[in-house]
Amino acid sequence: MPDKIGEVIEASTAEFAVECYELYGTPALGSLIKTSDGDVQIYGVVYNATTESMDPGRRPIARGKHEKNEADIYSSSPQLAVLFRTNFQALVIGHKIDSDVNRYLPPRPARIHSFVYVLDDREVKDFTTSLDFLYLLANAPFAGPNDEIIAACLRTAAIAQDDARSFLIRAGKELAVLLGAEPQRLEAILRRIRL
Amino acid sequence: MSDNRLGIVVAGSLSAGLDIKLDGSASVEDMAVGTYVVVEGVKSSLFGMITDISLEAANQQMAITPPNVSDPFIAEVVSGTAVFGKIKVRPQLFMGSDARSLLDGPRPVKTVPSHYSKVRLATEADMERIFGAEDAKHFHVGNPLDMEIKVCLNLEEFVKRSNGVFGKSGTGKTFLTRILLSGIIQKDIATSLIFDMHSEYGWEGTSEHSKKVKGLKQLLGSKLAVFTLDEQNARRRKVSADYIVEIGYDEIEPQDVEMLSQTLNLTQNACEAVYSFAREFGYGKWLSGVLALEGGEETRILLDRLNVHESSFRNLRRGLDKLSRLPFLVAHARDNSVKRILEYLERGVSVVLEFGRYTDIAAYILVANLLTRRIYDRYRERTERAMGSDETSPQPLVITIEEAHKFLNPQLANQTIFGTIAREMRKYNVTLLVVDQRPSGIDEEVMSQFGTKATYLLDNERDVDNVLMGVAGKNELRTVISKLENKQQTLIFGHALPLPVVIKTREYGSAESYQDFGFKDAAVLKKKAEQDKDELW
Repeated sequence: MPDKIGEVIEASTAEFAVECYELYGTPALGSLIKTSDGDVQIYGVVYNATTESMDPGRRPIARGKHEKNEADIYSSSPQLAVLFRTNFQALVIGHKIDSDVNRYLPPRPARIHSFVYVLDDREVKDFTTSLDFLYLLANAPFAGPNDEIIAACLRTAAIAQDDARSFLIRAGKELAVLLGAEPQRLEAILRRIRL
Repeated sequence: MSDNRLGIVVAGSLSAGLDIKLDGSASVEDMAVGTYVVVEGVKSSLFGMITDISLEAANQQMAITPPNVSDPFIAEVVSGTAVFGKIKVRPQLFMGSDARSLLDGPRPVKTVPSHYSKVRLATEADMERIFGAEDAKHFHVGNPLDMEIKVCLNLEEFVKRSNGVFGKSGTGKTFLTRILLSGIIQKDIATSLIFDMHSEYGWEGTSEHSKKVKGLKQLLGSKLAVFTLDEQNARRRKVSADYIVEIGYDEIEPQDVEMLSQTLNLTQNACEAVYSFAREFGYGKWLSGVLALEGGEETRILLDRLNVHESSFRNLRRGLDKLSRLPFLVAHARDNSVKRILEYLERGVSVVLEFGRYTDIAAYILVANLLTRRIYDRYRERTERAMGSDETSPQPLVITIEEAHKFLNPQLANQTIFGTIAREMRKYNVTLLVVDQRPSGIDEEVMSQFGTKATYLLDNERDVDNVLMGVAGKNELRTVISKLENKQQTLIFGHALPLPVVIKTREYGSAESYQDFGFKDAAVLKKKAEQDKDELW
C-alpha cells in the first residue's frame, strides 16, 4: 500500500476536497486518486489545487528580500511550513464495491478524514480498461477549465499504459463521440493529449 | 475474420439498399464499387455488392472548420467517429445458418438484416459457397476482379435456355464463346453445332496479338468434327476437315429463299412466286426447275398460268442466280450433308461448320437456316417420341450462331427457325448460344427469353438497354457495363449463376491454360501411352 497523501476534509456526491499532509504535496493535475466510504472505494481526478494560509485572516507577506534563494526563506522561518496548507479538489469518477469497478458515482460520498492515496500504475490500468468515466469528466460542472482537466487526466493515465498511443486513440475516439456536437472543443482536447 | 470487418448496418431498405457506416480502421479508399460484402445478421447472413460510397460527418461543423488532420493522431481519432465513410450495399443473396439452409445453398434475398449487424468483406470461402467449386456440372469461366477465386457457371442450367454473348468487336466474345463451348463439350453436358462464319472455332484461331491459339478440334479431339463448305480454304490452312459439305438444290425450300429476301433484294411478290413454282415443280425440284427456265415463250405461258408477273420473275431469277453461284450449292450433291451432320450430332459429336471463303451473309443465312430447320424437326420428333415411350430424350444441343441479329431481328424473328428455337425449343432440348455485337438488333421478345447473358463493353445506349431488359438493378448494372475495361472483362448474369458478377475471363491460349482446362498435350498423351505400354509388358 503506498503512502497516503492526505485526508478528505469536505465531501459531496460528485466531488470531495482533500488536505495534503505535506505542504505542496498535491498530486499532478488530472492524477487518479482514491479514498473510501467504509468498504466502498471512491476514485477521483485531481483538479483545482490551492495553497493558502491556515488562518484566512492572515495573509502571507514577502520575506525573501535578504535571502539568496527561495529555499532559504523556509529554512530561516521554519514555522512557515505549518502556517500554510495545500488542498485540492477531486471529481468523483467511479467507485469499487467488493471487486467490481464502476465508472459512475458511488452510492454515498466519501467520509471526512478518509485517507487519500494516489493510484499506482496497475490500478490506473485496471480503472482505465473502460473509458466510461469520460462521460462524467466531459459533463462535469468544473469550476476551472474542464477540458484541461480531461486532457491532463488522459495524459497521466497514458503513462501507466503499455501502449500509450493506442490508449490515447481509444480515448480520443470516445471523446469524439461524446463531443460530436462540439468539434472545436474536441480538437482542443486532442491537441493537448497527442504524444 | 475480424481483419475483414468493415462496419455496421445503420439504415437501409430492401429496395434502396443498406447503409453501412465504416469503422475508422476501414478506409473508403480501399472500397470499390462492385466488391462483395457479407452482412452477418443474428440468424442469417446476407451477401451483397457495394453500389455506392460516400463521406459523412457527425456534425456539419466538421465540414466547415475541418480539424487539423495533418496531425496523424488527430486524423486517426476523428476518422470513423466524427467523420466516417459510408457504403451502400445492395443485398443479393441470403444464406441461412441452419442445416437446411446450408444444404439449399444461397437464396434470393427477401429481407434486410437487423440494425447494427456487422459487415465484412466477402472471403474466398464465401465466394466459393456462392459460385460453387468446379465439378462435373460447374465450369470455371473466369475470376472476379481482384480476386483469385473461380467463378463457375452451372452448365446444366446454362444449356437449358438460350444464352447470349455480347460486346463490341474485339472485346473477347469469341474467346469466351470458345471457353464456354469447350466446357460444355468436354463435360458432356451437351453437343453443339457451331456456325463458324469466320473459321475461328474449329481449328486454329488468332488472338488480338496475332498469336495463334488452339481451336476446339485440337483440344477436344474425337468429341468434335470439323465440317467445311470450302475444301480449298481448309486445305490451304492445313486443316484436316472431317467432311466437305455440299448442298443439293433439292435441299432448298421456299422458306429458305424467303429468309434471304433482304439479302438477295427480293420483292414480296418474288417471294410469293417461289411458292407457286414449288407447287408447280414439286418441293425438291423447284430450284433446278426455275434455274432451267430459259425465258422463251414456254416460260411466258408458265408465268401466266402461275399468275407471276414478269418483273417478279426476273427479280427472283437474279437472286437465285446469285445463290447458284455459291460453289457449295450443287445440282446433285454427292452425299446428304444435312443427314451426315445430324448423324454426328446424334452420336454426341459436336460439329463446327466452317464457311471458309464464303463469308457472304447470304451463304451464312441460307446454310444456318436450312440446317437448323432440319435439326428442329428431328429433335422435336425425337423428344416427342421420348415423351410417349421409355426412350431417352436426346442430349441437349446448343446451336452457336454469330451475327445473330441477322436472324433474330424484329422483322425476321417471327419467321426464322432461330426465333422459334429461342422462344420454345427449350422443351425439345435445343437452345441457342448467340454471339453478337449489335444486341439492339435482336428482337426484344427473343432477348427476354435468354437465360444467361455475358456482356463485354458496349457503348451504344440502345445496345445496353436491350441486353439489360427486364433485369433487376438495371441502373447499377448499366454503370458496371460502362466501366468494363476494353478487353477480357465481362459482366455475366442470369440463370446459370446466382448473381450478376463481373469477371476477367480465364486465360485461353497458353500451354498452361490448355492444361488448366484438363486437356493434355499430344506429346504428354503419347508419352503416357508409351509408359502404359511398357508397364503392360
